[in-house]
Amino acid sequence: MAEEVKLFRTWSSPFALRIVWALKLKGIEHETIFEDLANKSSLFLQYNPVYKKVPVLVHNGKSISESLVILEYIEETWKQTPILPEDPYEKAVARFWAKFGDDKLLPSLWRVFVTQGKEQEEAIAPALENLKFIEEELKGKKFFGGETVGFLDLALGYLANLVSVLEETSGLKLIEAEKFPLLLAWMQNFSDVPVIKENWPPQDKLITKFQAIRETYLAAAAPK
Amino acid sequence: MAAKDVKIIGAWPSPYVMRPRIALNIKSVDYEFLQEQMGTKSELLLKSNPVYKKIPVLIHGDKPVCESLIIVQYIDEVWSSGPSILPSDPYDRALARFWAAYVDDKWFPLLRSIAMAQGEEAKKEAVEQVEEGLVLLEDAFVKCSKGKNFFGGDQIGFLDIAFGCFLGWLRVTEKMNNVKLLDEAKTPGLCKWAVIFCSDVAVKDVMPETEKLIEFAKVLFAKFKAPPPK
Repeated sequence: MAEEVKLFRTWSSPFALRIVWALKLKGIEHETIFEDLANKSSLFLQYNPVYKKVPVLVHNGKSISESLVILEYIEETWKQTPILPEDPYEKAVARFWAKFGDDKLLPSLWRVFVTQGKEQEEAIAPALENLKFIEEELKGKKFFGGETVGFLDLALGYLANLVSVLEETSGLKLIEAEKFPLLLAWMQNFSDVPVIKENWPPQDKLITKFQAIRETYLAAAAPK
Repeated sequence: MAAKDVKIIGAWPSPYVMRPRIALNIKSVDYEFLQEQMGTKSELLLKSNPVYKKIPVLIHGDKPVCESLIIVQYIDEVWSSGPSILPSDPYDRALARFWAAYVDDKWFPLLRSIAMAQGEEAKKEAVEQVEEGLVLLEDAFVKCSKGKNFFGGDQIGFLDIAFGCFLGWLRVTEKMNNVKLLDEAKTPGLCKWAVIFCSDVAVKDVMPETEKLIEFAKVLFAKFKAPPPK
């Protein structure tokens, strides 16, 4: 039976991008279905009834949701171009930082970019602290995965383009060269990888989108 | 006495701490249980988990591993000759990981919100949401267990550990709020599973007694409900 791989995604979701990268790095042929989240298809809702979010991977009719779960599934199903280390301890470290990225880092970056004034000022220190942890993880390495792109690079990959979008829309520079030389080098190295370079969503479209999101948050927070 | 190669930093009431302890029991691995005192964090904890400063932490040799579900996977991979904790099929593994994340990210916070709910309306709504979640987990149980005793099949697996560790606190919530959450009519599979899980040899010594947890909860809530300073 021919393999059938489908990916439900949106053009901008950084979580879905992880899956695009993983599938392309491993050379897995797949069909992409762009889902309109404002108008979800019944097929999509069937595949992810619990969260109703992208990305969703469907492999021979079986659906998998939650991007980090999908990445592990892809790694275990298609063994070429491995993205996780063999050693259990190093695997645990990669998983730990990937989860940290989603649970702590991204929300803290988000806070900086959807606020202004005093609220924004207070959001900066935790974001910088979280970025510092990630900077430390790059010591002596080109990629988080070592010489080649790995699980943690894909999990944190959104930093390489989303941060510049967020910095532009809020007018605040967070990742400065003096404080984060390794992170900046990594962002460049990561973006230069052909599979990554060829799959960024259009920057200008992202800026417009996040500008609108920021304005919505600021309006909601404004004193009545 | 020689120091043990495997240590768990934790505390007896924590459901998250139960997870690696059950995993080590399944693998018949001997370990030293270093209990934190409530209200303080030991030097070892702060050193081993500088990012979150939370329990559990597994220390294997001199290497710390943090985050309970990541620790369980580590245990499964290191002591690979023992009974498997994660299923072998990639899709079954994905299902186990998905539902474990659901329990942590969605379901347990809903359970906690019952105790925090202000007023009868809010409490009723919180209970309904927990029950809805349990129906989802009942479905998952039917799908994953394939007629056997556990989410993991014949033996305790990853999802059994991830969800089962909350059974103590679930019973505490039921007793302290006078509600029935696990219901034979709505979630028969889970009711049966809960009894079998809690009496399993790998679980029974690390599952705290409900009465002890209730006493602990009362002390904890007294601290939280103390009037805020003006």
